Amino acid sequence: MARLRAVSTIEAPSRTAEAVRDEDDFDVVVERTRGFPSVRPRELWAYRELLYFLTWRDIKVRYKQTLLGVSWAVLQPVLAMILFTVVFGHVAKISSSGIPYPIFSYAALVPWYFFSTAVVFASNSLVGNQQLVTKVYFPRIFVVASPVLGAAVDFVLAFVILVGLQAYYGIGPSIGALALPAFVLLTAAAATGLGAWLAALNVKYRDVRFVVPFLVQLWLFATPIVYSIDRLHEPWRTLFGLNPMAGVVLGFRWALAGAASPPGLLMLVSALSGLVVLAAGVLYFGRTEKTFADVI
Amino acid sequence: MSRVVIRTESLSKQYRLGARLQKHPTLRDAIASRASSSLARLRPGRNGASREDHSIWALRDVSLDIEQGDVVGLIGRNGAGKTTLLKIVSHITEPTSGRAKIKGRVGSLLEVGTGFHPELTGRENVYLSGSILGMRKAEIDARFDEIVAFAEVERFLDTPVKRYSSGMQVRLAFAVAAHLEPEILLVDEVLAVGDAAFQRKCLGRMGDVAREGRTVLFVSHNMAVIQALCRRGVFLDEGRVRADAPIADAVAEYLRQVEQAMTEDLLARTDTRGWHNYRVRAVEISSDATSAPGLLVTGRPARFVFHVTAVVPSMSCAFTIHNNLGQPVTDFSSSVGAPADSVDTELGNAFVCELDEVLLVPGRYRVDVELRAQGVEQELIEGAAMFDVEQGTLDGRPIARRTGGDVVLRHRWKRPVDEL
Repeated sequence: MARLRAVSTIEAPSRTAEAVRDEDDFDVVVERTRGFPSVRPRELWAYRELLYFLTWRDIKVRYKQTLLGVSWAVLQPVLAMILFTVVFGHVAKISSSGIPYPIFSYAALVPWYFFSTAVVFASNSLVGNQQLVTKVYFPRIFVVASPVLGAAVDFVLAFVILVGLQAYYGIGPSIGALALPAFVLLTAAAATGLGAWLAALNVKYRDVRFVVPFLVQLWLFATPIVYSIDRLHEPWRTLFGLNPMAGVVLGFRWALAGAASPPGLLMLVSALSGLVVLAAGVLYFGRTEKTFADVI
Repeated sequence: MSRVVIRTESLSKQYRLGARLQKHPTLRDAIASRASSSLARLRPGRNGASREDHSIWALRDVSLDIEQGDVVGLIGRNGAGKTTLLKIVSHITEPTSGRAKIKGRVGSLLEVGTGFHPELTGRENVYLSGSILGMRKAEIDARFDEIVAFAEVERFLDTPVKRYSSGMQVRLAFAVAAHLEPEILLVDEVLAVGDAAFQRKCLGRMGDVAREGRTVLFVSHNMAVIQALCRRGVFLDEGRVRADAPIADAVAEYLRQVEQAMTEDLLARTDTRGWHNYRVRAVEISSDATSAPGLLVTGRPARFVFHVTAVVPSMSCAFTIHNNLGQPVTDFSSSVGAPADSVDTELGNAFVCELDEVLLVPGRYRVDVELRAQGVEQELIEGAAMFDVEQGTLDGRPIARRTGGDVVLRHRWKRPVDEL
């Protein structure tokens, strides 16, 4: 009883909503919803165990039947770091603001892989869980949230290597390390928003599958991961913050890789931009959610 | 006074055919259709009507009150709206108009093995699937041993489910579902799987659920099962409630309609599934050239002719014979060859299946036909034809209607005494 009991009545146009309350005390009224979706926190809370199980499944299944298993979580950013160090650090000699290039790039790659893995898996999540979407009811947003949480686990593993790298180069954390949880949350927010939007779009247009890898690649270079934007003039530097990952990457370097200055105004722009992405993505998702089972 | 736990008020659901048939629209199509619809707007008088043609009403004005403890069988042909009704009540999809009100926790079993992941072990899948179906972890913990015992998979709990036989997968999946304890249980045709012994076990479990006073909405094409389990029957036809009555009456009404539909022109039928590039035009069933159509005799030959709209390479035809309770008896498929099969280009647009002797006991039977071509199902017609089998003899032995099943096998006795 508890589970559906906790489901709040779906928003009805106000007049009929009263009529419902006048009659019997039904727990759920299923009818066509119009306009903006209502957020139902009690329902999300009632289904919280399902979010746990879906995340747990995603983590378990991701590296099943791979030779190296979960080491991939660490290998991907480490290999990218080595590649970038050789190509951009040594051959192209891109400036890294005086920070050793390996830790310069790795401190950026750790949050970047969190973001990109989350977006890639989240955008395929609804289509990949077609069977669930058409056969059972639960808050659909969990399907998108679980790969983001799964990517967070990979992030933690890759982060451990970052700490090791810090010790190797003798770079201690700065006062900015206190803001790390906020940077991580911002990454998760941007990834969830973008992932929700792409996942919902993917239900209708399978083009998304082809767009996402390209988008992620483009985004990698639009984020100051292999290069530094220290010598960029205002207002361009601050405008860079429209990419939420720019703030996150600079924040990580400031906190852990010995970058001299905090990201400043750019960080504020990134934070706002990340929240807008989250809100827009989740709203679009909520508006289209009710037709997923019919269209997918 | 019993209380209503499910109330539907003029529930209607419209599907746009385009969205349903063409599964993966692309952006290009969307852009193209947007362009063409703006063209259509330039030419007044051409839009409205065509839009209407591309949608169907899966449900129309369905108003039902289901009380606590009711065990309701939903019956009707394919596309009658049974599954759509379950999907709305379980909140998976929204109605186009009207509403459904539900009181109590709903468990929906629209498919066996919802949420199963082949890479995970049996143990892990019990938790995953249970949680997806709406159980709390504590509930699953409490019932875990019971579920495993019911499924008879104790020894394979830590083996990935992909290594299970399909029978084991189904058993485990059903076991999880069977231990759900919702106040309202919605079940769609899931009993059509598994071996006979397990099916009996599942039926027993369903019976228990019903006796415990919980509300059950049950969809099946198997009239015997539905009559055994349900007290009330709702017969849906083209999205409307055609009968809402004690189960025996609803089933009778349904069977009457099925028989009536068979006399219709098959091409005029709208309840058939498939791509419909090619269709079955007519089915002829006869014993021999001189006998009455639709009349066979036990032990005598039979000839099934399926007329199709056109023949293309690699087209195949299959059919299933059901008894009058809707239970499948046997099936035939032209795609599984035998040396005795032949190709005859003189046939025209028809498939012919010949039987040397009908090994069915006297009674009334129904034929479902499936036509496949180009790698997809072109048409599946439930109740495409009907025939009666009359008493006859098999190897000289008289065969009469008996209660022990539908088929008769050739056999001979060695008796220790002469009892004739």
